[in-house]
Amino acid sequence: MTGPAILLLLAGLGAIAWVSARARALRLQGAARASGRRDAMHSLPGYHGWYVALWTLVPAGIFLAVWANVAPGLVVQQVLSSPAAQSLPADDFSRSAILGEARAIATGQQAGAFNPLSQGLVDPYRDALGKFGMAGAALALVLAFAGGAYAFTRVRPDFRARTRVERLVMATLLIASLLAIITTLGIVVSLLWESFRFFSMVSPIDFLFGTKWSPQSAALGYGNDDAFGAVPLFWGTIFIGAVIAMAVAIPLGLMSAIYLTQYASPTLRKWMKPTLEMLAGVPTVVYGYFAALTIAPALRDFAVMIGIHGASSESALAAGLVMGVMIIPFVSSMADDSIAAVPQSMRDGSLAMGATTSETIRRVLIPAALPGVVGGVLLAVSRAIGETMIVVMAAGLAANLTLNPFASVTTVTTQIVQLLTGDQEFDSAKTLAAFALGLVLFVVTLLLNIVALRVVKKYREAYE
Amino acid sequence: MTAMIQEQAKPAAAVETKMTARDVKVFYGEKQAIKGVSIDVDMDNVTAFIGPSGCGKSTFLRTLNRMNDTVASARVEGTITLDGEDIYAPAMDVVQLRARVGMVFQKPNPFPKSIYENIAYGPRIHGLASGKADLDVIVEKSLRRAGLWDEVKDRLHDSGTALSGGQQQRLCIGRAIAVEPEVILMDEPCSALDPIATAKIEELIHELRGRYAIVIVTHNMQQAARVSQRTAFFHLGELVEYGVTSDIFTNPKQERTKDYITGRYG
Repeated sequence: MTGPAILLLLAGLGAIAWVSARARALRLQGAARASGRRDAMHSLPGYHGWYVALWTLVPAGIFLAVWANVAPGLVVQQVLSSPAAQSLPADDFSRSAILGEARAIATGQQAGAFNPLSQGLVDPYRDALGKFGMAGAALALVLAFAGGAYAFTRVRPDFRARTRVERLVMATLLIASLLAIITTLGIVVSLLWESFRFFSMVSPIDFLFGTKWSPQSAALGYGNDDAFGAVPLFWGTIFIGAVIAMAVAIPLGLMSAIYLTQYASPTLRKWMKPTLEMLAGVPTVVYGYFAALTIAPALRDFAVMIGIHGASSESALAAGLVMGVMIIPFVSSMADDSIAAVPQSMRDGSLAMGATTSETIRRVLIPAALPGVVGGVLLAVSRAIGETMIVVMAAGLAANLTLNPFASVTTVTTQIVQLLTGDQEFDSAKTLAAFALGLVLFVVTLLLNIVALRVVKKYREAYE
Repeated sequence: MTAMIQEQAKPAAAVETKMTARDVKVFYGEKQAIKGVSIDVDMDNVTAFIGPSGCGKSTFLRTLNRMNDTVASARVEGTITLDGEDIYAPAMDVVQLRARVGMVFQKPNPFPKSIYENIAYGPRIHGLASGKADLDVIVEKSLRRAGLWDEVKDRLHDSGTALSGGQQQRLCIGRAIAVEPEVILMDEPCSALDPIATAKIEELIHELRGRYAIVIVTHNMQQAARVSQRTAFFHLGELVEYGVTSDIFTNPKQERTKDYITGRYG
């Protein structure tokens, strides 16, 4: 029996279970009411229906999920024990290729065999598949019937079906929320594991404090020493994400927030704020080619014109400027929230002293909103240093340790992309370096986020 | 508190009129909040505005230093003068006006800065102090006048928001005094305070009387009787009756005033 058919059958069984259990509960309810005991039925009939339906479906469903993972192994075992399998070659690789072919023919995905050996295995395979398929379906149906019958006998007036169903609902929701957390943990563990492998080849000290980055030379066999100094990457990341981008985003974001909260008329604010926030919705790849194709060449020409040597067509400045523009809505909306959270009475108090609007902003609103603004800026920095597309397209690959914004620098994310794109072997220091870089990036952004959220939260409490 | 009840109001000829309002109307959009109020505020008497909630007394108070300007939909008609100058004239600088007509709000609103900085705020923005020493003098003088000096002189650099509610309100009064205003407007200054803090503020108002023209909005009739020499009764945006406080409370001329002070409504 095929998978979809058995699922459909189970669904049908579940529906029947629901209807019959509900009908039984309704009858019991009617009887209880007839005898004048209005409170005799603990749960509504619908809950009894769900209780029985879940008992029908859940154990059978869990069994099928397990079976789907176990059955293929059992099938292969049986095929291998068949007489035709005795002639199979000994090495695992060709053995599994032949088995795969036999399986494809047996399930009808492939018409004929390239390897005559697989032809002989088709029939045993077909037998085994049929046998285990039937066995699985039968067991699932038995479980469904058993579960349903057990639950059905429990449908009584005083049975607390509602509590049981609610508990299952809660468990489902809990599992859903745990999945995200478990995934995150899994990512962290895999990062840690691969980084650990990298650090067994390259010393962490060399990695964190070395100033020469040339993974290609390591890959070409010049040794791992001196090739994985990540300081130029850290510097490039900070230079672009935390220095240049913030030099654009902080003043512009802050000023636009001040204008929107303090000066703009409600109508103007109503369309300007969403427009500004649209900047955050532009795909970063679009920013990327804007930076690479428009801003970067213009900056290079400008640098050459004013006589700066070493101006590259992939400059830190181009990537940083465009990233700064991308970050503006983050800074501006956080600053907007913090300024709006300063009580109106502060503003009135200052204005009543004869302060002008700009004096009030400078001396009262900004100082009062500062913690929130700082939190917003930290979040923006963490976003900027994790940003990939813009720097991949506009920042270049040369790991330079330079203060010249017109020169090409590279960032952590750019290098991760470089190390992992294309065909790679996953046991060389060169590839594993990507995981170590990812780990550093993860830790830094995590710390930034924690600090930022704490700052913002502490500040929020102050006025509530 | 018997000592501070009802000093005799000065005879009309001797008082110096500080602010006058003539036929003042205030609109919020289409809605008219104040319907033609005329009143004189003088230098030597504390003037109290009383009336039920929503009667327009706070709105009218805020027209006296143009705080209604911060409400986009508000519109003011009529004339209000300070020392004979029309405060709504185009030539009037609202910054200068508010330096001369200070305001204390319903809820204490010290800035989240130190006590010292709270007081120094006004003198700094108006350039009243020529140096640090000068500023120190102003801060001490203002805190003394606000009756707060002895309580805070050892912790001038602690945050103003860490003070108790009553101390915060006196800090706000000190902050208003620091720019040497001529008029101080108080919008229900004790409504968020406990009775002891309230008594201290009332005592302070007595001490400040004569030095500044004081206008106080209150919903507490006993407070109006205790601190003021002139009382104006507002109802539904109109000025129903204005006169010597003792007359208003013992011998009101208008039926509505009488109903209000005897507790018939409000």
